[in-house]
Amino acid sequence: MKKIGVFVCWCGLNISSTVDVGKASEELKNYPGVFYADDYKYLCSDPGQELIKKTIIDNKLEGIVVAACSPNMHESTFRAAAEAAGLNPYRVEITNIREQTSWVHSNKEDATIKAIQLIKATVEKVKKSEDLFPQQIPLTKKVLVIGGGISGMTVALEVAEAGYPVILVEKEPQIGGNMAKLSETFPTLDCASCILTPKTAEVGRHSNITLMTNSEVVESSGYFGNFTVKIKRKPTFVDWEKCIGCMLCQEKCPKKTNSDFEHGMGKRKAISVAFPQAIPYRPIINEKECIYFKTGKCKMCVKVCPVDCIEFEQLENIVEENIGAIVVASGYELLPKEKLSEYGQGKYADVIDGMQFERIASASGPTEGVIRRPSDGKIPQSIVFIQCAGSRDNQKDRPYCSKICCMYTAKHAMLYKHQVHDGTATVFYMDIRAGGKGYEEFVQRAIEDDHVLYLRGRVARVYEEDGKLVVLGVDTLSSEQVRIEADLVVLATAVIPSEKAKVLGQTLKVGTDAYGFFNEAHPKLRPVESMTKGVFLAGCAQAPRDIPETVSQATGAAAKVITMFSKNHLVSDPQVAKVNEKICVGCLQCEPICPYKAIEPETIEVRIGHTVEKRQVATINKGLCQGCGACSVACRSGAMNLSGFSNEQILEELKALCL
Amino acid sequence: MKYSYFPGCTLHTQTKNFNDSIKSTSAILDIELEELKDWQCCGAVYPLTTDSAMGLVSPYRSLQKAHECGNNLVTVCSACYNVLKRTNLTVANDGEIRTKLSNYMDVDEYAGESKVLHLLEAMRENNGFGIIKEKTINPLKGLKVAPYYGCLLLRPSKELKFDDPENPTIFEEFIKSIGAVAVDFPNRIECCGAYVSITSQRKVKGASESILKSASNREADIIITSCPLCYHNLAKEQERLEKDDYTFKPIPILYFTQLLALALGLEVESCGFESNKIDARPILKSKGLIYRGDA
Repeated sequence: MKKIGVFVCWCGLNISSTVDVGKASEELKNYPGVFYADDYKYLCSDPGQELIKKTIIDNKLEGIVVAACSPNMHESTFRAAAEAAGLNPYRVEITNIREQTSWVHSNKEDATIKAIQLIKATVEKVKKSEDLFPQQIPLTKKVLVIGGGISGMTVALEVAEAGYPVILVEKEPQIGGNMAKLSETFPTLDCASCILTPKTAEVGRHSNITLMTNSEVVESSGYFGNFTVKIKRKPTFVDWEKCIGCMLCQEKCPKKTNSDFEHGMGKRKAISVAFPQAIPYRPIINEKECIYFKTGKCKMCVKVCPVDCIEFEQLENIVEENIGAIVVASGYELLPKEKLSEYGQGKYADVIDGMQFERIASASGPTEGVIRRPSDGKIPQSIVFIQCAGSRDNQKDRPYCSKICCMYTAKHAMLYKHQVHDGTATVFYMDIRAGGKGYEEFVQRAIEDDHVLYLRGRVARVYEEDGKLVVLGVDTLSSEQVRIEADLVVLATAVIPSEKAKVLGQTLKVGTDAYGFFNEAHPKLRPVESMTKGVFLAGCAQAPRDIPETVSQATGAAAKVITMFSKNHLVSDPQVAKVNEKICVGCLQCEPICPYKAIEPETIEVRIGHTVEKRQVATINKGLCQGCGACSVACRSGAMNLSGFSNEQILEELKALCL
Repeated sequence: MKYSYFPGCTLHTQTKNFNDSIKSTSAILDIELEELKDWQCCGAVYPLTTDSAMGLVSPYRSLQKAHECGNNLVTVCSACYNVLKRTNLTVANDGEIRTKLSNYMDVDEYAGESKVLHLLEAMRENNGFGIIKEKTINPLKGLKVAPYYGCLLLRPSKELKFDDPENPTIFEEFIKSIGAVAVDFPNRIECCGAYVSITSQRKVKGASESILKSASNREADIIITSCPLCYHNLAKEQERLEKDDYTFKPIPILYFTQLLALALGLEVESCGFESNKIDARPILKSKGLIYRGDA
């Protein structure tokens, strides 16, 4: 029988106030197989770890059980200590007697009995544990960044500067994302383009960055360090290599269409570039609107193009890339106004959302920066801003705070007051959430210096009457109902994840929350990693956030990638599935069950007596396997086993608990 | 389609014209309404106290009876609809209350298996508006009708699931099907004052006045409703406005089935216009929609 040591941690009062740790270690001393048992105040402390090391060496222990906090916290600490003492780290098991015992119970007697039971079960598990050794996996030092907004660009630039190649994929024809559409930025009121275009230009010319705009990731396989992705490059109908960006085609094109970039506030030509500072500065033909595609006639662009680069017959193509890590920075959209029936449900032209206001306030926008209302182009004399339009609203299934609206609404109101000094700007708010450097001061400036009227309360209804928009709301501070006649209403609509985020999540096997934002591995300690190894998150793809926070998170994600690439190979967790080929019948029931696609069929040769026969069995890709154990449950012959959590080990644990 | 029918107190007393027009029109539309035997008050208000089941006794009895008949239950009064539908949901989800109620009343346990429908919903369920359009003999061309929903039909929306609470369209669909024009007026879903009329006339006055004026500003010829309580509050307020405000032009308020009866070609006499506080016949006559009837 193995010589096993048991260490029971007090965790100060965390455990010892509810579990009688002394009694537990005393009782374990007499348990079969336990050679040594003791309790200690803080096992995770340096002296605590020394105690473990010394005990292992002195007693020549062959396995240890540490009864302490969750293995999520200190499993690696104790395993490292054991390794230092010459014990294989996978012979160390943790019994969680804090989160699963002391914190959730109040009766000390019962909690102690439970803790002892759990420790005994773990001892049984350790008796059956084996030495496990991590494997080395090769690593492709190339990163794929999905999304060319401010977060994606930040990641791309950081990683590229560190000397690693980057592929930046953007679904739009140009990079810049939502930030390129903004007029000014809070809390400094510097123009968004002025701070963004140096970045876009640098991305455009950086030798380590391969830019793939107008493209989407459609397939992903492989595992961390070794992904293979397929990228769909949508046709632009212009040979961008040949094109010199003279934009004669845009000038002469006879067809005007709605511009997605302008969010319905302005028009663009059927062949055009979205905005003057676009990178790459190359035009694209809108297939649905182009006269040639509709009628087969026109070809005005072909006539004027000096370098003959229009290619109507261009098709989409798929490129395949091998990469080591993926950063998802797919950004955000705004809740469609059509979901907000109380504010007119998109019925009134002069009820616009925040992004539309950005466009009419932007110097490169359709009104050249003069704030005019969309219906008749008049300069509004009164604007009502409605915050939390859809956010923090259970009725709209968006109970979360969109985080940026308080600040951008203050900015909008300020920009308006700077243009129209005698105009009135009224803001309806629930709470002002201005947490951030210089943010509260900014809101106060809007209220005090620019005389923006802040009313605390919700708006019940917006309707049109005699060419004005009537806003009915309540001021909850004075308990008065208010009726305001406005020329323009701006809704701070909820931030929602990009439309394609859910599909992208399925492609990359990264989970999303109920609203479609990507899930991080740990909300506090691993905020830029996803649960899928090698896939990192940046920006609003994970949750609503403003530019400074996005940039910091993107820099964090880049640092994670660079850390990963700083090694020459990766080390895999040995706690993965393994197949006992002798009893595997090759039914492959495990194959469809594996969520990581780590199981494949393999043909092996077996000697039976004098003959050699070929037989199909399942095989595991140890790089892909995440050790979830789903296959071992599905295996009918019991051939599939999870190292470190073998069927045998778990049965022993259960026996100790239940028999 | 056959349904059990729960008319509610007012339909047998003050608003007989509503009840009569429902019966005459539903017969034409193949909606068979079988009135529940010895029904009683719906409960009038859905009780918001969670620890007392007493307020649910009355609606539970009606629901349980309708279920015994094997039919879904149709009602028209917004207040009855609100109480019955919410009670139905409560007994479906809360086994404790359900057992308590059935033990108290000594009846078989009923767990919300039947549906509670408003007549408009019953119409919508079976392409009723399409059928109405087909069977409309006398389309009410040019008649500007303001649909007044009130609140009890729509809210709480997650429980009632009647229509979008902020932008309902079912009345508009109905108005379209009888050939009239729906007037979009901002106060169509505001509260009329409801039961507060018993305790504070002053508060109801404000609520109802803004609804009437808002419909009047949009030049509505007629206001329709499905709720006797709304009708009462609006009509009462209109009486006062007529006296106090010489600029205000009164608008006839009708139950939606009265207009339906007219559109389906029933005799003017059977539409019950004479019982409305403001007679609709002059305006209908001026639009050329009726030729007879004293006005």
